Amino acid sequence: MSDNRTGLQGPAPDERPHPDGRRNAQGIRIDPEAESEHEPRRTVFSAIVEDEPGVLSRVAGLAARRQFNIESLTVGPTTVEGHSRITMVVEEPEPGIDQIEKQLAKLKPVISVGELDDDAVRAELVLLKVRGEDPDKVHAITEMYDGRTLDAGPETITVQLSGDERKIDDAVDAFRRFGIIEIARTGQTALAHGSKKTVPGEEPGTSGEPTKPNTNTQ
Amino acid sequence: MSERTAATTDPDATDGADDSTETPTEITSGSTSVVRALENAGVETAFGVQGGAIMPIYDALYHSDIRHVTMAHEQGAAHAADAYGVVRGDPGVCLATSGPGATNLVTGIADANMDSDAVLALTGQVPSDMVGSDAFQETDTTGVTAPITKHNYFASSPDTVGDTVGEAFALAAEGRPGPTLVDLPKDVSLNETDREPGPAQAPETCRARTDPADSQVEAAARAIERAEKPLLLFGGGVVKADAAEVARQFATEHRIPVVTTMPGIGAMPEDHELCLSWAGMHGTGYANMAITHTDCLIAVGTRFDDRLTGGIDTFAPEAEVVHIDIDPAEISKNVHADYPVVGDAGRAIERVDAELDEGPDAREWVDQCLTWKDEYPMDYAAPDNEPLKPQFVVEALDEATPDETIVTSGVGQHQMWAAQYWTFTEPRRWVSSHGLGTMGYGLPAAIGARVAADDDETVVCVDGDASFLMTIQELSVAVRENLDITVAILNNEYIGMVRQWQDAFFEGRRMAAGYEWCPQFDKLAEAFGARGWTVDSYEEVPDAIEEALAYDGPSVIDFHVDPAENVYPMVSSGGANGKFALSEDQL
Repeated sequence: MSDNRTGLQGPAPDERPHPDGRRNAQGIRIDPEAESEHEPRRTVFSAIVEDEPGVLSRVAGLAARRQFNIESLTVGPTTVEGHSRITMVVEEPEPGIDQIEKQLAKLKPVISVGELDDDAVRAELVLLKVRGEDPDKVHAITEMYDGRTLDAGPETITVQLSGDERKIDDAVDAFRRFGIIEIARTGQTALAHGSKKTVPGEEPGTSGEPTKPNTNTQ
Repeated sequence: MSERTAATTDPDATDGADDSTETPTEITSGSTSVVRALENAGVETAFGVQGGAIMPIYDALYHSDIRHVTMAHEQGAAHAADAYGVVRGDPGVCLATSGPGATNLVTGIADANMDSDAVLALTGQVPSDMVGSDAFQETDTTGVTAPITKHNYFASSPDTVGDTVGEAFALAAEGRPGPTLVDLPKDVSLNETDREPGPAQAPETCRARTDPADSQVEAAARAIERAEKPLLLFGGGVVKADAAEVARQFATEHRIPVVTTMPGIGAMPEDHELCLSWAGMHGTGYANMAITHTDCLIAVGTRFDDRLTGGIDTFAPEAEVVHIDIDPAEISKNVHADYPVVGDAGRAIERVDAELDEGPDAREWVDQCLTWKDEYPMDYAAPDNEPLKPQFVVEALDEATPDETIVTSGVGQHQMWAAQYWTFTEPRRWVSSHGLGTMGYGLPAAIGARVAADDDETVVCVDGDASFLMTIQELSVAVRENLDITVAILNNEYIGMVRQWQDAFFEGRRMAAGYEWCPQFDKLAEAFGARGWTVDSYEEVPDAIEEALAYDGPSVIDFHVDPAENVYPMVSSGGANGKFALSEDQL
């Protein structure tokens, strides 16, 4: 206890030595030779999850509260009873992508999660409803994109297309000339190429059955 | 997890645990199965509040040896369970009914989640067939608490509810601890079953890796060997993993200075030469200088909270970061880890220690840190012509109490003074609300800590006037249970941290910060059936403290402290740790 009234003792902030170093917004030390800003990257995560009530809301809620930028999210059963696969397309800078994977792995219903490689097989399904005034031309474009006509009438024609994201985007552009009345896209779903595992621990050919919890992160 | 229990409980407590398993609850229904699962997990105490949908569980507790402490408010139950867990080292348990009971728990669950405290919450729910119908006292409790629990469960069958409760209890303690919750529809509790719950096990998908990878250990060791200015940063994870002993040994053997986070207080004795106390917004100047200048920050069990780091761009700007944590998601979340080590804190330190060929040579650096200790002493002025200083009260309490006294606090200026001016030498003695910053945590936490502590241990709650007023109803619990707790209110008639910020950053516009309407706390304490004192001057301090400590029951000392006193040092929000202000004009 002392009687100085001006606050604590010691050199003022500007009189102290300060290092020159800096970190960027991601907490990475900035090395002048290797300074890099991380650009957002688009990637696909696949997760095998326990098929229990609320699992989708847990995944979606996690993404929302941690501000992960999700492009699409699909979920469906696997051939293993009680297991579902969630496929999530995200766009984030690098540390964010790392966080998504780790935070997903922490969720109790998530059995295993992995990021897919660039060569993964990806597909999306879209239903397009266009004006039915020009059925021949609609049919031709549908053929061109390997699509199918699901419903045709004097007013509207509804077609189904599937394929990777780029093909779908191109097709949607091509159909615009007919006037798109309604559109429904499923979002991408994906599997690893060839005999690679889609998520860690997953044995190819068994649809996720022997997946082990993903405990080897980092 | 059982080892951590053994480290903090006395032999008598073990006898108590045996007692409770001698007459296990007979399983006839979902609710008896729940209570049996708690007994099997070694639960001795639960905190809660009765209510319609949870009544079957309470009815089953009627026949159990589990001690139930009825709290005045569910928030108090959650905080008490949280603090009980902090002191004991195994999960605290709280109960509440559906609807408002469950939503009142939310603040306490969120608090436990932010501080990684193991808590199991059991909530009543409307009967299954009424769920979704907006029934009386219905809330989507699992929905509300999903973001603030490690996981929560909606019990679906009396046959499995015991297993679920056991799993939730085990999950709360597994790996990085945290809160879990089981929502119990009334029919699930009431319906018949005779099924014995299986052993309590954390779900397979949530098992933590405790032993770090060789490659990580090796890389971390090489980085530490290279360091010229190594600095250890002990977070709450060191305390939770019961790794303080190992961590201290590592620091002293290799002569590496230690900074802690606030939850890490007590991981290193604060009177140790190498201990620079805690860093961050109101941390010591020397801790913040050390963090600013280290070339190798060895962080153990910390999540690099913004109140610790200040602005990320200026945090430990020249340091390679070795980050030991049991939660891989904390690695490179806020601060990039150059050398991540995922594993149990104690185990990881042991492994790194064994891998070191020779410790870093840091003699000059240690001298520098000790110089900073001299240069920026923690001190305050206490002129005779000014009102009683809060820091003096904290020091007087510390002096008047035994070394291993448990200190709880609310949130605000008083919390900072308590953390700054109390010298902690052991882990699990500083019990506070760090991450969530929950005003009102102090009193219910003191109740939980008191129930968890041995009879010969002292429990003090350092509170603020505004914090105390938020959960003051829990004083009735302390009186009913005759809990020996001393509450020291550092009463400045302000929501003081806000007032300090208004003066510093809002040109002194003290909007809604004045608490001059606070009641006379000594009289209020007496009205509750506790003892109360008011202290206005330095002369009265020693006697009041002595009398309050001597009183075998809850006591409240209302210290009228200098309303103008501020908390320093201070790193402004998002600022550089090394530019901490020593007074307002430096902000």
